[in-house]
Amino acid sequence: MKKIIPIAKVRGYATNKTIRLSDKTIEKSQLASIFFLDVGNMALFIARIFRETFSRNFEFKEFLRQCYEIGNKSLPLIAVTGAIMGVVLTIQSRPALASFGAVTMLPGMVAVSIVREIGPVITALICAGKVGSGMGAELGSMKVSEQIDAMEVSATSPFKFLVVTRVLAATLMLPILVIFADGFGIFGSWIGVNIKGDVNLVLFTSQAFGSIDFMDFIPALVKSYFFGAVIGIVGCYKGYNAGKGTESVGKAANSAVVLASLMVIIVDLIAVQITDMLA
Amino acid sequence: MKKGEPDTIVNDSVGNSSQEPMINIENLNVAFGPLQVLKGLSLKLYKEENLVVLGKSGSGKSVLIKCIVQLLKPDSGTIEVLGSNVGSLNRKELGELRKKIGFLFQSGALYDSMTVRENLEFPLVRIRRKMSKKEVDDKIKEALENVGLADALNKMPSELSGGMRKRISLARTLVVDPLIMLYDEPTTGLDPVTSDEISELINLVQKKYKTSSIIITHDIECARNTANRILMLHDGEVHTEGTIENFEKSNDSLIKSFFK
Ligand SMILES: Nc1ncnc2c1ncn2[C@@H]1O[C@H](COP(=O)(O)OP(=O)(O)OP(=O)(O)O)[C@@H](O)[C@H]1O
Ligand SMILES: [Mg+2]
Repeated sequence: MKKIIPIAKVRGYATNKTIRLSDKTIEKSQLASIFFLDVGNMALFIARIFRETFSRNFEFKEFLRQCYEIGNKSLPLIAVTGAIMGVVLTIQSRPALASFGAVTMLPGMVAVSIVREIGPVITALICAGKVGSGMGAELGSMKVSEQIDAMEVSATSPFKFLVVTRVLAATLMLPILVIFADGFGIFGSWIGVNIKGDVNLVLFTSQAFGSIDFMDFIPALVKSYFFGAVIGIVGCYKGYNAGKGTESVGKAANSAVVLASLMVIIVDLIAVQITDMLA
Repeated sequence: MKKGEPDTIVNDSVGNSSQEPMINIENLNVAFGPLQVLKGLSLKLYKEENLVVLGKSGSGKSVLIKCIVQLLKPDSGTIEVLGSNVGSLNRKELGELRKKIGFLFQSGALYDSMTVRENLEFPLVRIRRKMSKKEVDDKIKEALENVGLADALNKMPSELSGGMRKRISLARTLVVDPLIMLYDEPTTGLDPVTSDEISELINLVQKKYKTSSIIITHDIECARNTANRILMLHDGEVHTEGTIENFEKSNDSLIKSFFK
Protein backbone atom coordinates (compact mmCIF):
# COMPACT_ATOMS: atom_id res chain seq x y z
CA MET A 1 0.00 0.00 0.00
CA LYS A 2 2.92 2.30 -0.55
CA LYS A 3 0.94 4.00 -3.33
CA ILE A 4 -1.14 6.06 -0.92
CA ILE A 5 1.80 8.13 0.17
CA PRO A 6 1.25 10.79 -2.52
CA ILE A 7 -2.01 11.72 -0.82
CA ALA A 8 -0.19 12.25 2.43
CA LYS A 9 2.13 14.56 0.53
CA VAL A 10 -0.81 16.43 -0.98
CA ARG A 11 -1.94 17.09 2.52
CA GLY A 12 1.27 18.81 3.53
CA TYR A 13 1.19 20.78 0.33
CA ALA A 14 -2.41 21.79 0.83
CA THR A 15 -1.88 23.16 4.31
CA ASN A 16 1.13 25.17 3.13
CA LYS A 17 -0.89 26.75 0.38
CA THR A 18 -3.91 27.29 2.64
CA ILE A 19 -6.12 24.96 0.63
CA ARG A 20 -7.70 23.14 3.49
CA LEU A 21 -8.64 19.49 3.24
CA SER A 22 -10.35 18.22 6.34
CA ASP A 23 -9.03 15.08 7.98
CA LYS A 24 -12.23 13.33 7.02
CA THR A 25 -11.80 14.13 3.33
CA ILE A 26 -8.27 12.86 3.42
CA GLU A 27 -9.29 9.71 5.21
CA LYS A 28 -12.07 9.10 2.70
CA SER A 29 -9.83 9.68 -0.28
CA GLN A 30 -7.27 7.30 1.19
CA LEU A 31 -9.92 4.65 1.68
CA ALA A 32 -11.11 5.17 -1.87
CA SER A 33 -7.63 4.91 -3.27
CA ILE A 34 -7.01 1.71 -1.30
CA PHE A 35 -10.26 0.31 -2.66
CA PHE A 36 -9.43 1.09 -6.28
CA LEU A 37 -5.89 -0.16 -5.86
CA ASP A 38 -7.32 -3.41 -4.51
CA VAL A 39 -9.74 -3.80 -7.40
CA GLY A 40 -6.95 -3.11 -9.89
CA ASN A 41 -4.59 -5.55 -8.22
CA MET A 42 -7.30 -8.19 -8.16
CA ALA A 43 -7.84 -7.76 -11.91
CA LEU A 44 -4.11 -8.18 -12.53
CA PHE A 45 -4.13 -11.21 -10.27
CA ILE A 46 -6.91 -12.83 -12.29
CA ALA A 47 -5.14 -12.02 -15.55
CA ARG A 48 -2.00 -13.67 -14.20
CA ILE A 49 -3.96 -16.78 -13.21
CA PHE A 50 -5.19 -17.13 -16.80
CA ARG A 51 -1.73 -16.59 -18.21
CA GLU A 52 -0.01 -19.05 -15.93
CA THR A 53 -2.71 -21.72 -16.20
CA PHE A 54 -1.99 -22.09 -19.87
CA SER A 55 1.78 -21.87 -19.63
CA ARG A 56 4.08 -24.87 -19.50
CA ASN A 57 4.88 -27.15 -16.55
CA PHE A 58 1.51 -27.34 -14.87
CA GLU A 59 1.83 -28.53 -11.25
CA PHE A 60 -0.43 -31.54 -11.65
CA LYS A 61 0.48 -33.32 -8.43
CA GLU A 62 -0.20 -30.29 -6.28
CA PHE A 63 -3.46 -29.75 -8.18
CA LEU A 64 -4.66 -33.27 -7.33
CA ARG A 65 -3.61 -32.81 -3.72
CA GLN A 66 -5.63 -29.62 -3.51
CA CYS A 67 -8.68 -31.28 -5.09
CA TYR A 68 -8.45 -34.02 -2.49
CA GLU A 69 -7.99 -31.50 0.33
CA ILE A 70 -11.00 -29.45 -0.73
CA GLY A 71 -13.25 -32.46 -1.21
CA ASN A 72 -12.11 -34.19 1.93
CA LYS A 73 -12.33 -31.12 4.14
CA SER A 74 -15.79 -30.00 3.10
CA LEU A 75 -17.72 -33.14 2.22
CA PRO A 76 -18.85 -34.18 5.74
CA LEU A 77 -20.02 -30.70 6.57
CA ILE A 78 -21.80 -30.35 3.26
CA ALA A 79 -23.50 -33.73 3.62
CA VAL A 80 -24.85 -32.91 7.06
CA THR A 81 -25.93 -29.39 6.14
CA GLY A 82 -27.51 -30.56 2.89
CA ALA A 83 -29.53 -33.28 4.60
CA ILE A 84 -30.71 -30.95 7.34
CA MET A 85 -31.71 -28.28 4.83
CA GLY A 86 -33.72 -30.94 2.99
CA VAL A 87 -35.58 -31.95 6.16
CA VAL A 88 -36.22 -28.37 7.24
CA LEU A 89 -37.36 -27.17 3.84
CA THR A 90 -39.79 -30.06 3.55
CA ILE A 91 -41.31 -29.52 6.97
CA GLN A 92 -41.59 -25.78 6.37
CA SER A 93 -43.27 -26.16 2.98
CA ARG A 94 -45.79 -28.81 3.91
CA PRO A 95 -48.43 -26.55 5.59
CA ALA A 96 -48.49 -24.14 2.66
CA LEU A 97 -48.93 -26.93 0.12
CA ALA A 98 -51.45 -28.71 2.34
CA SER A 99 -53.66 -25.63 2.38
CA PHE A 100 -53.94 -25.94 -1.43
CA GLY A 101 -54.40 -29.69 -1.11
CA ALA A 102 -51.18 -30.16 -3.06
CA VAL A 103 -49.08 -32.22 -0.65
CA THR A 104 -48.20 -34.62 -3.47
CA MET A 105 -46.19 -31.82 -5.03
CA LEU A 106 -44.00 -31.59 -1.96
CA PRO A 107 -41.11 -33.79 -3.17
CA GLY A 108 -40.96 -32.08 -6.54
CA MET A 109 -41.08 -28.58 -5.16
CA VAL A 110 -38.42 -29.17 -2.55
CA ALA A 111 -36.18 -30.95 -5.06
CA VAL A 112 -36.39 -28.01 -7.46
CA SER A 113 -35.50 -25.48 -4.81
CA ILE A 114 -32.60 -27.59 -3.59
CA VAL A 115 -31.17 -28.13 -7.04
CA ARG A 116 -31.69 -24.56 -8.26
CA GLU A 117 -30.65 -22.59 -5.22
CA ILE A 118 -30.15 -24.19 -1.82
CA GLY A 119 -27.57 -26.78 -2.89
CA PRO A 120 -25.21 -24.45 -4.78
CA VAL A 121 -25.45 -21.51 -2.39
CA ILE A 122 -25.12 -23.50 0.84
CA THR A 123 -22.16 -25.41 -0.60
CA ALA A 124 -20.50 -22.23 -1.77
CA LEU A 125 -20.96 -20.48 1.55
CA ILE A 126 -19.60 -23.45 3.48
CA CYS A 127 -16.61 -23.62 1.15
CA ALA A 128 -16.06 -19.89 1.42
CA GLY A 129 -15.76 -20.43 5.16
CA LYS A 130 -13.73 -23.58 5.10
CA VAL A 131 -11.70 -23.52 1.91
CA GLY A 132 -11.41 -19.75 1.45
CA SER A 133 -10.18 -19.14 4.98
CA GLY A 134 -7.83 -22.09 4.71
CA MET A 135 -6.24 -20.68 1.58
CA GLY A 136 -6.02 -17.20 3.05
CA ALA A 137 -4.34 -18.48 6.20
CA GLU A 138 -2.02 -20.94 4.51
CA LEU A 139 -0.73 -18.62 1.81
CA GLY A 140 -0.70 -15.74 4.29
CA SER A 141 1.56 -17.60 6.68
CA MET A 142 3.78 -18.73 3.81
CA LYS A 143 4.08 -15.11 2.77
CA VAL A 144 4.87 -13.93 6.28
CA SER A 145 7.50 -16.60 6.90
CA GLU A 146 9.20 -15.79 3.57
CA GLN A 147 8.36 -19.18 2.06
CA ILE A 148 6.82 -17.55 -1.00
CA ASP A 149 9.93 -15.39 -1.38
CA ALA A 150 12.04 -18.52 -1.08
CA MET A 151 10.15 -20.13 -3.96
CA GLU A 152 10.48 -16.95 -5.94
CA VAL A 153 14.28 -16.74 -5.59
CA SER A 154 14.78 -20.41 -6.32
CA ALA A 155 13.39 -19.64 -9.77
CA THR A 156 10.31 -21.78 -9.26
CA SER A 157 7.00 -20.04 -9.74
CA PRO A 158 5.16 -19.81 -6.42
CA PHE A 159 2.21 -18.43 -8.32
CA LYS A 160 1.93 -21.50 -10.51
CA PHE A 161 2.51 -23.88 -7.64
CA LEU A 162 0.32 -22.26 -5.01
CA VAL A 163 -2.28 -20.07 -6.69
CA VAL A 164 -3.07 -21.67 -10.03
CA THR A 165 -3.48 -25.14 -8.53
CA ARG A 166 -5.73 -23.92 -5.74
CA VAL A 167 -7.97 -21.79 -7.92
CA LEU A 168 -8.43 -24.59 -10.46
CA ALA A 169 -9.03 -27.16 -7.75
CA ALA A 170 -11.71 -24.99 -6.13
CA THR A 171 -13.32 -24.33 -9.52
CA LEU A 172 -13.52 -27.99 -10.41
CA MET A 173 -14.40 -29.38 -7.00
CA LEU A 174 -17.25 -27.04 -6.12
CA PRO A 175 -19.74 -28.40 -8.69
CA ILE A 176 -18.95 -31.92 -7.51
CA LEU A 177 -19.63 -30.92 -3.93
CA VAL A 178 -22.84 -29.24 -5.09
CA ILE A 179 -24.03 -32.51 -6.60
CA PHE A 180 -23.37 -34.22 -3.28
CA ALA A 181 -25.22 -31.46 -1.44
CA ASP A 182 -28.19 -31.87 -3.81
CA GLY A 183 -28.20 -35.62 -3.25
CA PHE A 184 -28.11 -35.34 0.52
CA GLY A 185 -30.67 -32.54 0.43
CA ILE A 186 -33.15 -34.64 -1.51
CA PHE A 187 -32.51 -37.57 0.79
CA GLY A 188 -33.16 -35.24 3.75
CA SER A 189 -36.37 -34.19 2.10
CA TRP A 190 -37.47 -37.83 1.92
CA ILE A 191 -36.92 -38.07 5.66
CA GLY A 192 -38.90 -34.86 6.10
CA VAL A 193 -41.80 -36.22 4.07
CA ASN A 194 -41.83 -39.40 6.09
CA ILE A 195 -42.12 -37.60 9.39
CA LYS A 196 -45.76 -36.87 8.68
CA GLY A 197 -46.61 -39.22 5.88
CA ASP A 198 -45.49 -42.46 4.37
CA VAL A 199 -43.86 -42.35 0.94
CA ASN A 200 -41.42 -45.03 -0.05
CA LEU A 201 -38.05 -44.04 -1.41
CA VAL A 202 -38.69 -45.24 -4.96
CA LEU A 203 -41.90 -43.29 -5.35
CA PHE A 204 -40.34 -40.27 -3.67
CA THR A 205 -37.34 -40.34 -5.97
CA SER A 206 -39.43 -40.59 -9.08
CA GLN A 207 -41.60 -37.70 -7.93
CA ALA A 208 -38.59 -35.58 -6.99
CA PHE A 209 -36.53 -36.18 -10.09
CA GLY A 210 -39.56 -36.13 -12.36
CA SER A 211 -40.01 -32.46 -11.64
CA ILE A 212 -36.39 -31.46 -12.20
CA ASP A 213 -35.57 -30.69 -15.79
CA PHE A 214 -32.52 -29.74 -17.71
CA MET A 215 -33.00 -26.01 -17.23
CA ASP A 216 -33.06 -26.45 -13.46
CA PHE A 217 -29.86 -28.36 -13.31
CA ILE A 218 -27.52 -26.84 -15.91
CA PRO A 219 -27.58 -23.17 -14.82
CA ALA A 220 -27.06 -24.30 -11.23
CA LEU A 221 -24.06 -26.34 -12.27
CA VAL A 222 -22.60 -23.51 -14.32
CA LYS A 223 -22.91 -21.03 -11.51
CA SER A 224 -21.24 -23.52 -9.18
CA TYR A 225 -18.10 -23.31 -11.30
CA PHE A 226 -18.13 -19.55 -10.85
CA PHE A 227 -18.67 -19.89 -7.11
CA GLY A 228 -15.64 -22.18 -6.95
CA ALA A 229 -13.51 -19.80 -8.97
CA VAL A 230 -14.54 -16.83 -6.82
CA ILE A 231 -13.70 -18.67 -3.59
CA GLY A 232 -10.32 -19.79 -4.92
CA ILE A 233 -9.38 -16.41 -6.34
CA VAL A 234 -10.40 -14.43 -3.27
CA GLY A 235 -8.76 -16.87 -0.84
CA CYS A 236 -5.49 -16.93 -2.76
CA TYR A 237 -5.48 -13.20 -3.43
CA LYS A 238 -5.88 -12.36 0.22
CA GLY A 239 -3.25 -14.88 1.30
CA TYR A 240 -0.74 -14.10 -1.42
CA ASN A 241 -0.92 -10.39 -0.69
CA ALA A 242 -0.83 -10.67 3.10
CA GLY A 243 1.26 -8.03 4.82
CA LYS A 244 4.03 -8.61 7.32
CA GLY A 245 3.73 -10.11 10.78
CA THR A 246 1.50 -12.77 12.27
CA GLU A 247 -1.55 -10.59 12.63
CA SER A 248 -1.81 -10.20 8.88
CA VAL A 249 -2.32 -13.97 8.57
CA GLY A 250 -5.47 -13.67 10.64
CA LYS A 251 -6.53 -10.64 8.66
CA ALA A 252 -5.98 -12.45 5.37
CA ALA A 253 -8.04 -15.46 6.47
CA ASN A 254 -10.79 -13.29 7.82
CA SER A 255 -11.11 -10.97 4.86
CA ALA A 256 -10.97 -13.97 2.52
CA VAL A 257 -14.10 -15.43 4.13
CA VAL A 258 -15.97 -12.14 4.21
CA LEU A 259 -15.19 -11.14 0.65
CA ALA A 260 -15.69 -14.65 -0.76
CA SER A 261 -19.11 -15.00 0.88
CA LEU A 262 -20.17 -11.61 -0.37
CA MET A 263 -18.94 -12.36 -3.86
CA VAL A 264 -20.79 -15.68 -3.89
CA ILE A 265 -24.06 -13.89 -3.15
CA ILE A 266 -23.34 -11.27 -5.81
CA VAL A 267 -22.50 -13.92 -8.40
CA ASP A 268 -25.73 -15.68 -7.47
CA LEU A 269 -27.66 -12.48 -8.11
CA ILE A 270 -26.05 -12.06 -11.52
CA ALA A 271 -26.60 -15.73 -12.34
CA VAL A 272 -30.32 -15.58 -11.57
CA GLN A 273 -30.73 -12.59 -13.90
CA ILE A 274 -28.97 -14.39 -16.72
CA THR A 275 -30.92 -17.62 -16.21
CA ASP A 276 -34.13 -15.65 -16.11
CA MET A 277 -33.33 -13.96 -19.41
CA LEU A 278 -32.49 -17.27 -21.06
CA ALA A 279 -35.59 -19.10 -19.86
CA MET B 1 40.26 3.72 6.45
CA LYS B 2 37.25 5.94 5.95
CA LYS B 3 34.87 6.14 3.07
CA GLY B 4 36.08 8.13 0.12
CA GLU B 5 39.28 6.13 0.00
CA PRO B 6 38.01 2.60 0.04
CA ASP B 7 40.33 1.32 -2.64
CA THR B 8 43.57 1.14 -0.70
CA ILE B 9 43.31 -2.38 0.53
CA VAL B 10 40.60 -3.82 -1.63
CA ASN B 11 41.32 -7.34 -2.77
CA ASP B 12 44.81 -7.72 -1.43
CA SER B 13 43.82 -11.22 -0.57
CA VAL B 14 42.09 -12.02 -3.83
CA GLY B 15 44.30 -11.49 -6.79
CA ASN B 16 41.59 -11.20 -9.42
CA SER B 17 40.38 -7.65 -9.05
CA SER B 18 41.14 -7.09 -12.69
CA GLN B 19 38.38 -9.53 -13.62
CA GLU B 20 34.76 -8.69 -14.36
CA PRO B 21 32.97 -8.76 -11.01
CA MET B 22 30.25 -11.37 -10.48
CA ILE B 23 28.11 -8.74 -8.78
CA ASN B 24 28.57 -5.04 -9.27
CA ILE B 25 26.38 -2.69 -7.27
CA GLU B 26 26.58 1.02 -7.82
CA ASN B 27 25.02 3.83 -5.86
CA LEU B 28 22.17 1.80 -4.41
CA ASN B 29 19.41 3.70 -2.60
CA VAL B 30 16.58 2.04 -0.74
CA ALA B 31 14.02 3.76 1.45
CA PHE B 32 10.90 2.57 3.21
CA GLY B 33 8.76 5.67 3.54
CA PRO B 34 10.85 8.17 5.48
CA LEU B 35 13.41 5.56 6.53
CA GLN B 36 16.45 5.70 4.25
CA VAL B 37 18.01 2.26 4.67
CA LEU B 38 20.73 2.23 2.00
CA LYS B 39 22.29 5.50 0.87
CA GLY B 40 24.35 5.25 -2.27
CA LEU B 41 25.93 1.94 -1.46
CA SER B 42 28.40 0.42 -3.92
CA LEU B 43 30.09 -2.94 -3.82
CA LYS B 44 31.70 -5.52 -6.04
CA LEU B 45 31.85 -9.26 -5.60
CA TYR B 46 34.66 -10.98 -7.46
CA LYS B 47 34.87 -14.51 -8.77
CA GLU B 48 35.40 -17.28 -6.21
CA GLU B 49 35.54 -14.81 -3.38
CA ASN B 50 33.92 -14.90 0.05
CA LEU B 51 32.82 -11.39 0.89
CA VAL B 52 31.66 -10.98 4.46
CA VAL B 53 29.26 -8.12 5.16
CA LEU B 54 29.18 -6.90 8.75
CA GLY B 55 26.87 -4.35 10.23
CA LYS B 56 24.66 -3.94 13.21
CA SER B 57 21.07 -5.06 13.32
CA GLY B 58 18.82 -2.95 11.11
CA SER B 59 21.67 -1.57 9.03
CA GLY B 60 20.11 -2.95 5.87
CA LYS B 61 22.14 -6.09 5.23
CA SER B 62 19.16 -8.26 4.43
CA VAL B 63 17.68 -5.48 2.33
CA LEU B 64 20.92 -5.35 0.33
CA ILE B 65 20.89 -8.99 -0.70
CA LYS B 66 17.14 -8.96 -1.31
CA CYS B 67 17.76 -6.21 -3.83
CA ILE B 68 20.32 -8.39 -5.59
CA VAL B 69 17.69 -11.07 -6.29
CA GLN B 70 14.98 -8.45 -6.90
CA LEU B 71 12.80 -9.46 -3.98
CA LEU B 72 12.94 -5.75 -3.25
CA LYS B 73 13.18 -3.09 -5.91
CA PRO B 74 15.66 -0.36 -5.06
CA ASP B 75 14.65 3.27 -5.48
CA SER B 76 17.72 4.00 -7.53
CA GLY B 77 21.11 2.60 -8.41
CA THR B 78 22.21 -0.26 -10.64
CA ILE B 79 22.83 -3.89 -9.77
CA GLU B 80 24.69 -6.02 -12.27
CA VAL B 81 24.81 -9.73 -11.67
CA LEU B 82 26.92 -11.84 -14.05
CA GLY B 83 26.99 -8.91 -16.42
CA SER B 84 23.24 -8.27 -16.66
CA ASN B 85 21.41 -5.39 -15.07
CA VAL B 86 18.83 -7.10 -12.85
CA GLY B 87 16.47 -4.13 -12.81
CA SER B 88 15.88 -4.33 -16.54
CA LEU B 89 15.27 -8.06 -16.88
CA ASN B 90 11.85 -9.46 -17.71
CA ARG B 91 10.29 -12.22 -15.62
CA LYS B 92 11.78 -15.02 -17.67
CA GLU B 93 15.30 -13.62 -17.81
CA LEU B 94 15.16 -12.93 -14.09
CA GLY B 95 14.14 -16.54 -13.52
CA GLU B 96 17.12 -17.77 -15.52
CA LEU B 97 19.45 -15.55 -13.51
CA ARG B 98 17.96 -16.64 -10.20
CA LYS B 99 18.71 -20.25 -11.06
CA LYS B 100 22.38 -19.36 -10.74
CA ILE B 101 21.99 -17.66 -7.37
CA GLY B 102 21.52 -19.42 -4.05
CA PHE B 103 19.81 -17.45 -1.32
CA LEU B 104 19.84 -18.55 2.30
CA PHE B 105 17.08 -16.78 4.21
CA GLN B 106 17.76 -15.42 7.65
CA SER B 107 14.58 -17.13 8.84
CA GLY B 108 15.32 -20.36 6.98
CA ALA B 109 11.99 -20.21 5.13
CA LEU B 110 11.54 -23.97 4.95
CA TYR B 111 8.28 -25.05 3.30
CA ASP B 112 6.51 -26.26 6.40
CA SER B 113 3.87 -28.35 4.66
CA MET B 114 6.56 -30.49 3.04
CA THR B 115 9.03 -33.01 4.43
CA VAL B 116 12.77 -32.30 4.38
CA ARG B 117 13.10 -34.42 1.27
CA GLU B 118 10.32 -32.55 -0.54
CA ASN B 119 11.89 -29.27 0.52
CA LEU B 120 15.13 -30.20 -1.21
CA GLU B 121 13.37 -31.76 -4.17
CA PHE B 122 11.27 -28.69 -4.76
CA PRO B 123 13.90 -26.47 -6.40
CA LEU B 124 15.87 -29.39 -7.79
CA VAL B 125 13.19 -31.06 -9.91
CA ARG B 126 11.92 -27.73 -11.17
CA ILE B 127 15.27 -26.30 -12.18
CA ARG B 128 16.91 -29.48 -13.46
CA ARG B 129 14.00 -31.06 -15.26
CA LYS B 130 16.13 -33.64 -17.04
CA MET B 131 17.53 -35.24 -13.88
CA SER B 132 16.57 -38.86 -13.30
CA LYS B 133 14.95 -39.98 -10.06
CA LYS B 134 18.19 -41.64 -8.99
CA GLU B 135 20.28 -38.54 -9.62
CA VAL B 136 17.82 -36.45 -7.64
CA ASP B 137 17.96 -38.87 -4.71
CA ASP B 138 21.76 -38.93 -4.77
CA LYS B 139 21.95 -35.19 -4.93
CA ILE B 140 19.59 -34.80 -1.97
CA LYS B 141 21.54 -37.36 0.03
CA GLU B 142 24.80 -35.60 -0.71
CA ALA B 143 23.40 -32.21 0.25
CA LEU B 144 22.05 -33.54 3.54
CA GLU B 145 25.33 -35.27 4.34
CA ASN B 146 27.15 -32.02 3.71
CA VAL B 147 25.16 -30.36 6.49
CA GLY B 148 25.37 -33.46 8.68
CA LEU B 149 21.66 -34.27 8.72
CA ALA B 150 21.28 -37.32 6.51
CA ASP B 151 18.85 -38.93 8.93
CA ALA B 152 16.38 -36.02 8.82
CA LEU B 153 15.26 -36.97 5.31
CA ASN B 154 11.66 -37.80 6.12
CA LYS B 155 11.06 -35.39 8.97
CA MET B 156 8.73 -32.40 8.82
CA PRO B 157 10.29 -28.97 9.46
CA SER B 158 8.18 -28.63 12.61
CA GLU B 159 10.02 -31.62 14.08
CA LEU B 160 13.43 -29.97 13.69
CA SER B 161 15.31 -27.71 16.06
CA GLY B 162 16.16 -24.14 15.04
CA GLY B 163 19.74 -25.03 14.15
CA MET B 164 18.66 -28.07 12.16
CA ARG B 165 16.21 -25.96 10.18
CA LYS B 166 18.98 -23.56 9.33
CA ARG B 167 21.15 -26.39 8.09
CA ILE B 168 18.34 -27.96 6.05
CA SER B 169 17.68 -24.57 4.55
CA LEU B 170 21.35 -24.31 3.64
CA ALA B 171 21.21 -27.77 2.08
CA ARG B 172 18.18 -26.72 0.03
CA THR B 173 20.07 -23.73 -1.28
CA LEU B 174 23.21 -25.70 -2.11
CA VAL B 175 21.43 -28.59 -3.77
CA VAL B 176 21.12 -26.75 -7.09
CA ASP B 177 24.86 -25.86 -7.30
CA PRO B 178 24.56 -22.08 -7.51
CA LEU B 179 27.32 -19.93 -9.00
CA ILE B 180 26.72 -17.17 -6.51
CA MET B 181 25.68 -17.75 -2.90
CA LEU B 182 24.03 -15.15 -0.70
CA TYR B 183 24.09 -16.26 2.93
CA ASP B 184 21.95 -14.25 5.34
CA GLU B 185 23.37 -14.99 8.79
CA PRO B 186 24.22 -18.65 8.23
CA THR B 187 25.51 -19.24 11.76
CA THR B 188 23.24 -17.08 13.90
CA GLY B 189 21.58 -19.12 16.62
CA LEU B 190 23.89 -22.12 16.23
CA ASP B 191 26.25 -23.57 18.81
CA PRO B 192 29.99 -22.91 18.30
CA VAL B 193 30.67 -26.42 17.03
CA THR B 194 27.95 -26.33 14.41
CA SER B 195 28.89 -22.77 13.50
CA ASP B 196 32.41 -23.92 12.74
CA GLU B 197 31.04 -26.75 10.67
CA ILE B 198 28.90 -24.35 8.69
CA SER B 199 31.89 -22.04 8.16
CA GLU B 200 33.88 -25.02 6.91
CA LEU B 201 31.01 -25.96 4.64
CA ILE B 202 30.97 -22.45 3.21
CA ASN B 203 34.68 -22.74 2.47
CA LEU B 204 34.20 -26.20 1.01
CA VAL B 205 31.45 -24.99 -1.29
CA GLN B 206 33.65 -22.12 -2.41
CA LYS B 207 36.51 -24.45 -3.32
CA LYS B 208 34.55 -27.38 -4.70
CA TYR B 209 31.95 -25.58 -6.77
CA LYS B 210 33.92 -22.37 -7.32
CA THR B 211 31.09 -20.22 -6.00
CA SER B 212 31.35 -16.57 -5.15
CA SER B 213 29.57 -15.67 -1.94
CA ILE B 214 28.28 -12.78 0.06
CA ILE B 215 28.08 -13.80 3.71
CA ILE B 216 26.10 -11.62 6.06
CA THR B 217 26.94 -12.21 9.67
CA HIS B 218 27.37 -10.82 13.17
CA ASP B 219 29.49 -13.80 14.07
CA ILE B 220 33.13 -12.69 14.08
CA GLU B 221 34.34 -16.27 14.33
CA CYS B 222 32.48 -17.10 11.13
CA ALA B 223 33.95 -14.00 9.49
CA ARG B 224 37.46 -15.05 10.54
CA ASN B 225 36.97 -18.52 9.12
CA THR B 226 35.41 -17.63 5.82
CA ALA B 227 36.26 -14.09 4.76
CA ASN B 228 38.56 -13.20 1.90
CA ARG B 229 37.40 -9.65 2.25
CA ILE B 230 35.18 -7.84 4.74
CA LEU B 231 32.87 -4.93 4.29
CA MET B 232 31.31 -3.03 7.14
CA LEU B 233 27.97 -1.31 6.62
CA HIS B 234 27.01 1.68 8.67
CA ASP B 235 24.33 4.32 8.11
CA GLY B 236 23.45 2.84 4.74
CA GLU B 237 26.95 3.19 3.38
CA VAL B 238 30.14 1.18 3.22
CA HIS B 239 31.98 2.22 6.37
CA THR B 240 35.13 0.17 5.92
CA GLU B 241 36.39 -2.41 3.52
CA GLY B 242 39.42 -4.66 3.92
CA THR B 243 40.85 -7.98 4.99
CA ILE B 244 40.35 -9.55 8.37
CA GLU B 245 43.82 -8.36 9.47
CA ASN B 246 42.92 -4.76 8.65
CA PHE B 247 39.84 -5.05 10.76
CA GLU B 248 41.57 -6.72 13.71
CA LYS B 249 44.19 -3.97 13.79
CA SER B 250 41.80 -1.08 13.25
CA ASN B 251 41.38 1.64 15.85
CA ASP B 252 37.94 2.67 14.67
CA SER B 253 35.50 2.49 17.58
CA LEU B 254 32.70 0.90 15.55
CA ILE B 255 34.99 -1.83 14.27
CA LYS B 256 36.46 -2.34 17.71
CA SER B 257 33.01 -2.91 19.14
CA PHE B 258 32.61 -5.84 16.74
CA PHE B 259 36.13 -7.24 17.17
CA LYS B 260 36.67 -7.15 20.86
N1 LIG C 1 9.67 -4.67 3.73
C1 LIG C 1 10.02 -3.70 4.57
N2 LIG C 1 9.17 -2.68 4.83
C2 LIG C 1 9.52 -1.67 5.66
N3 LIG C 1 10.70 -1.59 6.29
C3 LIG C 1 11.60 -2.56 6.08
C4 LIG C 1 11.30 -3.67 5.23
N4 LIG C 1 12.37 -4.49 5.21
C5 LIG C 1 13.29 -3.92 6.03
N5 LIG C 1 12.83 -2.77 6.54
C6 LIG C 1 13.58 -1.87 7.43
O1 LIG C 1 14.86 -1.71 6.88
C7 LIG C 1 15.84 -1.71 7.89
C8 LIG C 1 16.93 -2.71 7.55
O2 LIG C 1 16.40 -4.00 7.62
P1 LIG C 1 17.27 -5.30 7.38
O3 LIG C 1 16.34 -6.47 7.51
O4 LIG C 1 18.02 -5.18 6.12
O5 LIG C 1 18.28 -5.28 8.61
P2 LIG C 1 19.53 -6.23 8.85
O6 LIG C 1 20.73 -5.42 8.65
O7 LIG C 1 19.38 -7.46 8.04
O8 LIG C 1 19.34 -6.55 10.37
P3 LIG C 1 19.50 -7.95 11.13
O9 LIG C 1 20.94 -8.13 11.39
O10 LIG C 1 18.73 -7.74 12.39
O11 LIG C 1 18.91 -8.99 10.27
C9 LIG C 1 15.14 -1.99 9.19
O12 LIG C 1 15.05 -0.79 9.89
C10 LIG C 1 13.78 -2.48 8.80
O13 LIG C 1 12.83 -1.96 9.70
MG1 LIG D 1 18.87 -9.38 8.33
